[in-house]
Amino acid sequence: MERLRRTMMYVPGNNPGMLADAGIYGADSLMFDLEDSVSIAEKDSARFMVFHAVRNFDYGDLEVVVRINALSSEHGRQDIEAMVCAGVHVIRLPKADTAQDVKDAEAVIEASEIKYGIPVGTTKMMAAVEGPLGAMNAYSIATASDRLIGIAIGAEDYVTSMKTKRSPEGIEILAARGQIVMAARAAGIAALDTVYSNVDNMEGFINEVKLIKQLGFDGKSVINPRQIDPVHDLYAPSDNEIDEARQVIFAIIEAEKNGSGVISLNGKMVDKPIVERAQRVLELAGIDKEAMINEAMVC
Amino acid sequence: MKPWSARQEVASDLREDQRKYVDGTGISPNGRRASTLNKIVRPGEEKLCENLKEAIRKSGLKDGMTVSFHHHFRGGDYILNNVVAELAELGFENLTVAASSFSTVHAPIIEHIEAGVVKQIHTSGLRGELAEAVSSGIMNEPVVFRSHGGRARAIESGDLHIDVAFLGVSSADSYGNANGIKGDTICGSLGYALVDAEFADQVVLITDNMVDYPNMPASITQQQVDFIVPVEQIGDPNKISTGATRFTKNPKDLLIAKKAAELIKSSEYFKDGFSFQTGSGGAALAVTRFLKAHMEKENIKAKFALGGITGPMVELHEEGFIEHLFDVQCFDLAAAQSIGRNMNHHEITASQYANLHTKGCVTNKLDVVILSALEIDKEFNVNVMTASDGVIMGASGGHSDTAASAKMTIVVAPLMRGRIPTVVGQVQTVITPGSCVDVLVTDRGVAVNPDRKDLVSSFENAGIDIIPIETLIETAEKIVGKPAEIPYTDKVVGVIEYRDGTWMDVIYGVDRKRHSNS
Amino acid sequence: MEIKRPAMAGTMESSDVQIYIRPVSGTENKLIIKSPVKVQFGHVIEKVVLKVLGDLDVKGVEVNINDRGALDATITARLQTALFRASDDQSFDWEVAGSWNV
Repeated sequence: MERLRRTMMYVPGNNPGMLADAGIYGADSLMFDLEDSVSIAEKDSARFMVFHAVRNFDYGDLEVVVRINALSSEHGRQDIEAMVCAGVHVIRLPKADTAQDVKDAEAVIEASEIKYGIPVGTTKMMAAVEGPLGAMNAYSIATASDRLIGIAIGAEDYVTSMKTKRSPEGIEILAARGQIVMAARAAGIAALDTVYSNVDNMEGFINEVKLIKQLGFDGKSVINPRQIDPVHDLYAPSDNEIDEARQVIFAIIEAEKNGSGVISLNGKMVDKPIVERAQRVLELAGIDKEAMINEAMVC
Repeated sequence: MKPWSARQEVASDLREDQRKYVDGTGISPNGRRASTLNKIVRPGEEKLCENLKEAIRKSGLKDGMTVSFHHHFRGGDYILNNVVAELAELGFENLTVAASSFSTVHAPIIEHIEAGVVKQIHTSGLRGELAEAVSSGIMNEPVVFRSHGGRARAIESGDLHIDVAFLGVSSADSYGNANGIKGDTICGSLGYALVDAEFADQVVLITDNMVDYPNMPASITQQQVDFIVPVEQIGDPNKISTGATRFTKNPKDLLIAKKAAELIKSSEYFKDGFSFQTGSGGAALAVTRFLKAHMEKENIKAKFALGGITGPMVELHEEGFIEHLFDVQCFDLAAAQSIGRNMNHHEITASQYANLHTKGCVTNKLDVVILSALEIDKEFNVNVMTASDGVIMGASGGHSDTAASAKMTIVVAPLMRGRIPTVVGQVQTVITPGSCVDVLVTDRGVAVNPDRKDLVSSFENAGIDIIPIETLIETAEKIVGKPAEIPYTDKVVGVIEYRDGTWMDVIYGVDRKRHSNS
Repeated sequence: MEIKRPAMAGTMESSDVQIYIRPVSGTENKLIIKSPVKVQFGHVIEKVVLKVLGDLDVKGVEVNINDRGALDATITARLQTALFRASDDQSFDWEVAGSWNV
């Protein structure tokens, strides 16, 4: 089962205090940034800092993602080598415009894995689309590597390239959002939405989360712990949805008990998409499927 | 470092006939209450003095006597420093200064200690340079630290006899009717001062706002007052308090506060008519914000809140969420203004607030209290007095009073502050015994005192994870490393008196020259 | 690793450490530690710094540590950054960087 990525919390890489505390806020993933939040003079500093943070701070089960500098800069290569050696889960490639960008990064990742004796393929990737070319190439980017676990949109740069400005309703990035989420689904990977910078405007933030959830995004980048719970609350299934999901799971168990190959619930056939959706609902609800089943067995 | 049990022995051995600490519930008193002198003031006799010198002379103060002050003006206080400076100029020696507390602004007292003007200090707390100086051993007599309720008990029982009380007030008439709510330098409640006003042999009021007789409402009344001294300014209004206390924006504090509010909500105490108290800042105060959301959702109103009152509490009161506010100290201007205009915002004395040896103080009625901690150990003992390097830097305050009384005591604190662990094997100084502390909420987990299996049940039923406090100690140590032992000296620089008058702990000195963090 | 010039890394923010290193004559290394937790953790800070210097075979430097409550990982990161900036080494063996133990 793919892990939840409702929230990816952005942490500036050159900030040891924030790196040390990042894991306590309950975000699903953490994104340590070596790119835009780090000044040019401090790129090396941030690289060493994130390396040691990843190696020594306990982030439990959280997914650790690092946004590297683009390979076109002098820092990208060193970032990749350091982060692969550190053992991050995912390397996030900024400003991905073409499938080749992904492949080029993958080559450096593979070389680093070999150099440091890490099984090739261990380090996953994420691609961030931040311009119109990337949006047009979303599907080929999303399928450019087996390592890709997700594709994201970065609205700030995109909007500038599109010669327009951000608006509360977000119509100017609708097309790009559409491209990214379609590409993600077609490729079978996660779709992640862009940051909402006005931390004090909780109402505006919640409206945007409702929109992207409806579009089908798996989650959103957040820049402040305050933004985490609202996203999780919105993504939480309703009581009805949870009940239905439970019923699906129990129907499966019944069918297994009876040795039946076909699972039916309320007269309808329960096939794979329905099962997956039910498991998804239970996950979002934070319900431990095993525990639920065991409890039911006892009764 | 000596274990607490050994330090308890040292504490009670410091003085002959000193009662030994028993436990958090407190021993019973015996005997009669103290009282003040019989006096006469005939018609036509005046109490107004031209200046402080005159009042001091008329008060009959002598060397070796005890003078007292309140700390309602906090970091904006001018009174304590000015009066002690005057006493030094007049050549007084070996005085005991019994202030309800000291702040960083009282560093000038160091000079008077070194000159022999001040021989002993009684207080709730010490901060800044004065605290560091005391920790380094400049005094021959240990400082006696008491809680707010404990100070009231000591004064009312006669254990702490005040010869002359010097009380700053926002407004006074020439006969001594005074309050903290009228004028340019207001502080709201005069809760700590009211005990001194009732029991001191001589009461001198100092004000920058003389008004016509009668000055009503009178918190301190004419029959308590001997002399009044008008001055230019009693304090700096900007440093007495801010406009209104704001909730913290620190995400870690908010995380902890939210968790604590969730715990309160899932406890049996969260029902209509409940009562609570919170600390005045950081995570403790922020709990109020999250609690309000729960109260709104479940349509639950509090019968009263107690404290240490701040603007946010006043807001809840004015919005109808809290019926009564019992106020021993206003922390900000919003609270000081509220107490003057809201009928159910009540000024209470420190004795009414938390004196155990009375026929029932308000803390006895508390359901829930939320407190902070510098350190807390595996027995849930709490230290709010000494830093992790052994130097005095805080105050006992209402911590032990409220923790001992409330039905549920919650301590909120980050697991570490920078590299300093909050949850440790043994605290440096015990202010509140662990038997009084029920729950610890940190940013990395919640622990419940094993004595409270009932709470463990309620919380687990609400889906809240509880972990052993030992796990938190281990986690902290794993992250920050194992600290070296503090190189204390053999000199006892402070003694902790519990709210019942027993001596429960000692603070040893720290050699500042050899082992310094600066 | 050869230290060619003075260099600094880190900030004075809470939980960080600012480290200034400069080459000195001779092969001895000198540590000057300023920290709000010197009494409690001075010995640990010293140990961490000496290990980094040892692992990178650094000799003849004066290390000025202005600590603001940094954890060992942060001290290591900032010191390695300063050393990297003070030398001409273009590449870095990340395995060596990560090979220290608390």
